[in-house]
Amino acid sequence: MLVNFTPPSASEYIRVLPEILLTVGGTILMIAEGLAGERHRRGLAPMALAFLLLALGGAVVAGMDPGPAFNNMLTVDGYATFFRLLVLIVGILSVLISGSYLTRENADSADYYALILFSLCGQSILASANELIMVFIGLEISSIATYVLAGFLRNDKRNNEAAIKYFLLGSFATAFLLYGVGWIYGVTGTTNLQEIHRFLTSSESVYSPLLVSACAAMMFVGFAFKVSAAPFQGWAPDVYQGAPAPVSAFMTAAPKAAAFAVFLRVYSIAFSGLTERWQPILWVSAMATMVIGNFAALRQDNIKRMLAYSSVAHAGYVMVAVVAHSEAGVAAAMFYLASYAFMNLGAFAIVTHYVGKGERYVGIDDMAGYARQQPLIAALFTWFLLSLIGVPLTGGFFGKFYVFKSAIDSNLIWLTVLGLLNSAVAAYYYLRIIVVMYFHEPTNETGAAGPVPAGVRLALIGSAIGVFVLGVMPSAVLEFANRSAMLSR
Amino acid sequence: MPPIPLPTAVPLTYYLILSAILFALGVAGFLFRKSLITVFMSIELMLNAVNLTFVTFSYQHKQVDGHLFTFFVMVVAAAEAAVGLAIILTVFKNRGTLAVDEIDSLKL
Repeated sequence: MLVNFTPPSASEYIRVLPEILLTVGGTILMIAEGLAGERHRRGLAPMALAFLLLALGGAVVAGMDPGPAFNNMLTVDGYATFFRLLVLIVGILSVLISGSYLTRENADSADYYALILFSLCGQSILASANELIMVFIGLEISSIATYVLAGFLRNDKRNNEAAIKYFLLGSFATAFLLYGVGWIYGVTGTTNLQEIHRFLTSSESVYSPLLVSACAAMMFVGFAFKVSAAPFQGWAPDVYQGAPAPVSAFMTAAPKAAAFAVFLRVYSIAFSGLTERWQPILWVSAMATMVIGNFAALRQDNIKRMLAYSSVAHAGYVMVAVVAHSEAGVAAAMFYLASYAFMNLGAFAIVTHYVGKGERYVGIDDMAGYARQQPLIAALFTWFLLSLIGVPLTGGFFGKFYVFKSAIDSNLIWLTVLGLLNSAVAAYYYLRIIVVMYFHEPTNETGAAGPVPAGVRLALIGSAIGVFVLGVMPSAVLEFANRSAMLSR
Repeated sequence: MPPIPLPTAVPLTYYLILSAILFALGVAGFLFRKSLITVFMSIELMLNAVNLTFVTFSYQHKQVDGHLFTFFVMVVAAAEAAVGLAIILTVFKNRGTLAVDEIDSLKL
């Protein structure tokens, strides 16, 4: 590794342009706050947005010249570019909804935006990681920043609790992942995904399949935790409920998408020779994730907690695509994560505005009569909820359609049937919100009063367009996903 | 690079067994201890058990890669410790307790 050291070429640096821009941007933000002083805090969000747009451009530039970087530790292919763009768009939408929230809670600071940028940097590494140590590092950069974000309002008990739970359980799961990596390194002598694949499928190599399966299982603990798949979903409702609403919006979309990206890459490259061993386990996990998420969401009265369980359920649908273990499955997962990111951020954007100062109005009943007070916003909320159900003409419909189609193509009939039944159950709790908004009499105590701030409005428009485009003309995105789903072994 | 001879009579398997025991102790500590600080220390123990695994395998494969990985893990563990202790501190400030069982205000 170090014996024949050649310095990385310029094109390799260009391939990590988004990561460089995000890191530099985050650092500049923190310095700028110190230099400009307290009074100029209004400029922080636009500045963070500027850096995110730059990074988005960087990701496009990096994607135009695909190839490996830094001794094959990272690989920038269409797949990596897709997820980089996705997490950066999620980042932009999250920053848009954060500004007014932070001002309301009196917590405006550059740290918040810097942490979002650093977290995105980790997710961007995850999207392009081609090596298990990079997977670990990307995962930790992304997670450590989100641990802090989850507890950002230091004096709020719920924030503290979300942060400590997320931190302890997250580090615990990552330690398992790392132990699995350690043993994989011991068995195969490498941490590069392609070389692991070559070792495990070559007839000359001697190894115990049971030991390698144990390693794969330990790495599954880490990944399943990060994507909130059963049986490691227990933290998700508490953390998403306790964290500040815009942070929950960010966490349910970006880190989850990046974790799925790397999960898919590791399992469909490195462990593709052991499919018959891990597929049954993932089958059970996908099924359990869908059932637990949907049935627990039925009983929630807190809207953030309900969306948290719904996010677990949606992770279950993506798991179905992972179990399918085919190129169509990978493409379906990519499409699903993109559409989920838009509809979920849209829904959370409204919740962010709605909960009011100190997040007082978090009950579903608090939404009573919302349609009369804010008809347009209520209509948009309905649009996002219909997409979460999976009604035709929305992104959610095609997401589910492609996922279940890929599952049927891989002969997973029962999982498909269970998944479809689950989406029918899910319709109940989403529709309940719509009913409360449109048909219940408004109570005196609601948070709906204030006008919607410009940032939230922009984010809503962006997410609504995203859901619409994915729902009406899904072919453009799906074609890109199909082309990128071919992961080189 | 010629391999540095290890002290004789300690086979590599022993290191792996030791690291497995340390890892298991970390898991047990995480699951059964009541104080946030001890739970956090258990996680650090698990990470260090992994480091021992990396070094052992690195020696076995006659590579430097594993040695390098331990540095990555140590850096990450240090960052995690900084963030973790800060979070534990805010919890203590707000609640005046470090007992894991008493941090339960979010609905289960």
